[in-house]
Amino acid sequence: MAGHWIAVAINVVVGLTLVWVLVRTIQGRPIERRIVFVYIALAVATPLFMKLEAPLAETPEVQSIVTTIKELPPGSRILISFDYDPQSAPELQPMAEAFIKFAFKQRHKVIIMGLWPLGPDQANQAIRAALEDPSVAELAPEYGVDYVNLGFQSGNEFVIQGMGSAFKNMFPQDERGTIYDNIPILRGVTNFSNVDYVQVFSSGKPGTREWVQVAADRFGATVGGGTTAVQAPEMYPFLRSNQLIGLMGGMTGAAEFEKAVEELGKANTFLLSQMFAHATVIVFVIFGNIAYFRSRRRDASTDAPTPGGIS
Amino acid sequence: MSLDIGVWIGALLTLGIFSFLYRDNPFYKLCESIFVGVSAGYWFCVFFFDNMVRKFYFGVFPSEAGIEPKYFLIVGAVLGALMLTRLIPSIGWISRWPLSFIVGATAGLYMMLFFVSNGLNQVADTMLPLYRETAGGDFDPAETLGTILVFIGTFTGLIYFFFSKEHKGLFGGAARVGIFFLMVTFGAAFGYTVMSRMSLLIGRMDFLFRDWLGLLG
Amino acid sequence: MRREVPLLITFITGVVFALSYFIPGGWLGQTERVFGDWITIVQAFAVWLGVLNLLKISLIKIQRKEHDWGYSVVIAVCLVGTIAAGMYSGFAPQFESFRDPETPFNFIFRNIFAPLGATMFAILAFYVASASYRAFRARNREATILLIASFFVMGGRVPLLDSIFMPIIDGTFFADFAGWIMSYPVTAGQRAIAIGIALGIMASSLRVILGIERSHIGGGN
Repeated sequence: MAGHWIAVAINVVVGLTLVWVLVRTIQGRPIERRIVFVYIALAVATPLFMKLEAPLAETPEVQSIVTTIKELPPGSRILISFDYDPQSAPELQPMAEAFIKFAFKQRHKVIIMGLWPLGPDQANQAIRAALEDPSVAELAPEYGVDYVNLGFQSGNEFVIQGMGSAFKNMFPQDERGTIYDNIPILRGVTNFSNVDYVQVFSSGKPGTREWVQVAADRFGATVGGGTTAVQAPEMYPFLRSNQLIGLMGGMTGAAEFEKAVEELGKANTFLLSQMFAHATVIVFVIFGNIAYFRSRRRDASTDAPTPGGIS
Repeated sequence: MSLDIGVWIGALLTLGIFSFLYRDNPFYKLCESIFVGVSAGYWFCVFFFDNMVRKFYFGVFPSEAGIEPKYFLIVGAVLGALMLTRLIPSIGWISRWPLSFIVGATAGLYMMLFFVSNGLNQVADTMLPLYRETAGGDFDPAETLGTILVFIGTFTGLIYFFFSKEHKGLFGGAARVGIFFLMVTFGAAFGYTVMSRMSLLIGRMDFLFRDWLGLLG
Repeated sequence: MRREVPLLITFITGVVFALSYFIPGGWLGQTERVFGDWITIVQAFAVWLGVLNLLKISLIKIQRKEHDWGYSVVIAVCLVGTIAAGMYSGFAPQFESFRDPETPFNFIFRNIFAPLGATMFAILAFYVASASYRAFRARNREATILLIASFFVMGGRVPLLDSIFMPIIDGTFFADFAGWIMSYPVTAGQRAIAIGIALGIMASSLRVILGIERSHIGGGN
């Protein structure tokens, strides 16, 4: 609790110093970039110590994923592709962990793979985190029976294309070297027609778009996406046309998913930092524009160039 | 504070990269070089085990009786090996063969995938009745407005990208409407980019304060 | 041999993948699947080419004692060390997989690769903020629209504006508004871009398959 109040106090002081930033900016003496860095660091770090509730909206794109998974009968097979690496893990790992926990609790079978070399490593981390959850541990999901990690395969969308004929062609063994046909969870799984849902966690190419193009549009799979915020806007046309059935976009999407499936985790913990960081960026944009408009007005009235503004 | 040596290594490397924010320095360059070397080595191994061992080697030499060997994979390996001729300048031109194989396959596949997914399906979802109804059959004003906006935005956005005709008159007016939609799109993309970058920074801060310093319980 | 063979290979593979979309079965589908298997293997070699090239460049730099050659030593040592750790982890019988949490390879992943990679990307947050302060200006009508849209998305997608205006506007008005922006105007803009990309890729793919575009084999006639 002491940490909370110290963090609040720091934020109040930092908030007050913004007046100094505004004055300097208006005077045409913008603060140095490293001072901006300090503001961002504080905006991100201090809220981690604070305990505040924020209203989080429900969006149809996230709810659609939740509903789809809930409506699947227990024992359904869910294919999850981990198409990201540690660079994007802070955004995608929380949603992946929450998703796997949710899938296990719904008693679904989870088949994991990756189109990015480090995706299966991220998957293993997410699995371990899920298994540490007491309510998941109680169900005791068994490797090979309830979940499997097929590992990585090179070839980008060609891998998805190959899986359209036979998963086994692209993944003849799982990552532990067990032959495909000897893995109980994969018995009867030939191609996309034998999995009930495909969830993609992606941060670029190959990623959600490639899964939509090949698995959904060519082979008729039901595909849901979980993407970094950078990638999310590109997915909206596919959402509207139902080529993609749902989308978790960035940390906010992850937080909403965690809330919807009652698996509050890191994404919700980080939400306050996200808010403060956005607020800081917005404040800096506003300050920069105030200075810009003042300098423009001054230029117009004196009809001569002045050192005002920072444009 | 953590007593895990791994966490300490991670924390020091994290601080090393962050030190670039002050200025370029030897500590940052050291961390950068470690990253380059480790990532190249890591990729090498992942491709070796997941591709060459599990797919190629056990494809050609199955580990269990009864599985048919896939000798045709050897051709792929030969093509791949030809790629390495690039390291020898005198016969480097041979590497164009496997490269052409990849380029041709990608061109053929992309032509169809983009035609169907980005072209046909997107156009089909734009050319809809503009009058929208709810599931109960009543007029749906919000969805009607949305459908009209999507239609106008897509159509005028495409007009803006059409540079074979001068953007003047009615055509120019439509292109200007298209710019409006594109600017909203870029603005949203900027907002999402900020969100993304901040998320990554939050992750690192959480690592430093929680996992390393143990201040977050 | 140097031009004709690559052009022929490009043409054949391109046609196989394009036509097999319409005829997925039979010998065409079978050929496509075999080609797909080959591609996964060729791509692995392409990555190795990059890795070996990095090693070659680093060693040349060390041999010639070029500026900052010490960092090339670090690159070479880390590269070889990681490969050694990977090979040990993959072949040692006590591990089920080279990704096992107990392997040295996974130790490198968790404690070196992951923190470095994540931090490399994380520092971009600082530069985005600094650039926003210095360069994000409402200079004209278009830039103003862009700025307003980004304001509502940044403030609405996280519960920022909704928290600030909670005493005045109840609920999640700004979040819903940001959602509306994404669902309609942004969808329209992204869709125009997506269709534009589709047209561009179709045209360039056709040029590649027909041998009009030859930059991948060194260009020229």
